[in-house]
Amino acid sequence: MKLQRTHVYSLIATAAVAGFLGVADATFDAFALRVLDLCGIYVVLALSLNLVNGFTGLFSLGHAGFMAVGAYTCALLTMTPEQKEMNFFLEPIAPWLANLSIPFVPALVVAGIVAAALGFLIAAPALRLRDDYLAIATLGFAEIIRVILTNTQSITNGALGLKGLPKFATTGVVWACAALSVAFMVLLTRSAYGRALKAVRDDEIAAGAMGVNVFRTKVVSFTVSSFMAGVGGALLGHLLTTIDPKMFTFMLTFNILLVVVLGGIGSITGSVIAAIGVTILMEALRFLDGPLDLGVFQLEARPGLRMVAFSALLMGVVLFRQRGLMGNREFSWAMLSRARVLPRKGGPAGSGGGTHGVA
Amino acid sequence: MTFALFLQHLANALSLGSLYALIAIGYTMVYGILRLINFAHGDVFMLGAYLAFYSVATFLLPWWAAFLVAIVVTAAFGVLLERVAYRPLRDSPRISVMISAIGASFLIENVGIVVFGGRPKGVAVPDVMNVKLSAGGISVMSVSLVIPILTFAVLAVLLWVVHKTKTGMAMRAVSTDLDAARLQAIDVNRIISFTFGAGSLLAAVGGIMWSYKYPQLNPLMGVMPGLKCFIAAVIGGIGSIPGAVLGGFLLGGIELLTLAFLPTLTGYRDAFAFVLLIVVLLVKPSGLLGGSQIEKV
Repeated sequence: MKLQRTHVYSLIATAAVAGFLGVADATFDAFALRVLDLCGIYVVLALSLNLVNGFTGLFSLGHAGFMAVGAYTCALLTMTPEQKEMNFFLEPIAPWLANLSIPFVPALVVAGIVAAALGFLIAAPALRLRDDYLAIATLGFAEIIRVILTNTQSITNGALGLKGLPKFATTGVVWACAALSVAFMVLLTRSAYGRALKAVRDDEIAAGAMGVNVFRTKVVSFTVSSFMAGVGGALLGHLLTTIDPKMFTFMLTFNILLVVVLGGIGSITGSVIAAIGVTILMEALRFLDGPLDLGVFQLEARPGLRMVAFSALLMGVVLFRQRGLMGNREFSWAMLSRARVLPRKGGPAGSGGGTHGVA
Repeated sequence: MTFALFLQHLANALSLGSLYALIAIGYTMVYGILRLINFAHGDVFMLGAYLAFYSVATFLLPWWAAFLVAIVVTAAFGVLLERVAYRPLRDSPRISVMISAIGASFLIENVGIVVFGGRPKGVAVPDVMNVKLSAGGISVMSVSLVIPILTFAVLAVLLWVVHKTKTGMAMRAVSTDLDAARLQAIDVNRIISFTFGAGSLLAAVGGIMWSYKYPQLNPLMGVMPGLKCFIAAVIGGIGSIPGAVLGGFLLGGIELLTLAFLPTLTGYRDAFAFVLLIVVLLVKPSGLLGGSQIEKV
């Protein structure tokens, strides 16, 4: 295969990102690094929600539930027996869990698998429903999961949550997961399976008539998305080093939904950009929750103003720019050539490295 | 469990159920007309309760005047909400409308936190509502008696409006086929505004009654009741007003009676409604009183 100009660009870009992450890991202060890692986690989560919402057309609002399952599974698998004993002072931990302790990466995979298994179980009944019924049913499942987590004192430590998780979610791990998610989604959308997903999204009946097994396609998409959500939840838990059921409310799903809508429903590039943008904005706008100095007059601290800004942002996007940032288009080098940022010569338009038009 | 205790639980269930029913009616009316889950309905409910609170606490109105002011203002707010958040998207995919509804819900909640403050507020319950009534070994607060009466009065008025008035006929026409209704010279926008107004008014009534029964307000108080009442509307058959009332009573009854008989499940209380929802959706998605919908290709 002849090395095309776009391949070179892609290699350079990948190296640049990897280099930046390496430098960041070494030089950023703890806070900036945490925000950077949070960006990576949101990339994973946004792609996972985009897979069901954007590519398969299933409006699921249950992500927080799968994240919770992933986070708890991973936490319980990686914590040492001593740490568990410190957490479970209200009621002793279930004996079969007490001495279980495995390394982080296998635990991360197991967390994903448990979330996926749950997603599979939920998918079978829930995916018979459509549109808004599906949304409310998945929301219901997430709430049920949260209520169960709050009440199974001997397994999850109930409302007290788990504290002092080992901080395994380093920049390397988080961004490796993010990169894997992006690669997986890109390969998926270019594959026959990806086309089947989009066919189901655009017209279920037509897709069925073309020989796509609609129900199976939906279940697979939902299960894979649950896997990614589980991994994302586990990473989040090990980044924040503390989890409790209150973390995984509808609010969390709302944040991810905001990212997906903002980036463009059905665009991988959009989700990645929006995940990074929203995460940074969430931190950068923290000043809104404190006292404001508007020059002419001072406002006293009004906690909550930051979330007002984000809800208004979501409303604004839905009302005035439904396509979001990217619509359902993807980044490609050809796009930059067309915009005359890059020279037009090279491979024929539409082929090569980053081109994967998702129409 | 003694019989008197059972009756006591039943009385509580009845009063909670009728509260659920009041709010569920609003969901069902909006859904019947626009096929839209008004996620912000629970927040409109919260707004109604706060408006009544401030009318009394800040403007020193007597409680009945505060009640009237609050429900009228909330109804106007509902009309405004539809105009700003839902009308521009009427021809958009349903997912967009739903995202807009979720956005509106979060916006109202967060503006509520900023404006009203996140700390819970205690409500001064009017004396009329706070009388303890006892009979035959059971005792209830008068508000628990007022709520079911109010619910049935509202149900009667609504059924009359929907079935006997011209506006009601137009509502039914819009709900059956929006475009065909427009061709019959029905002012569809006016009917939808009217529906939102009426639904929000009922949400405000529900919210104020809720604040008399559980006298504490916080900006997120509408979230759980909102979800549960939507579920009540689904159980009863969404789009059907008597169905919403039935669903509300069923949900209230199941919730409180399960707790009465199986107190160990107290922690799981908020999950009951969702379990019930999933069962209903799987067994009879059109709900108890809903007509079956034929899927057109």
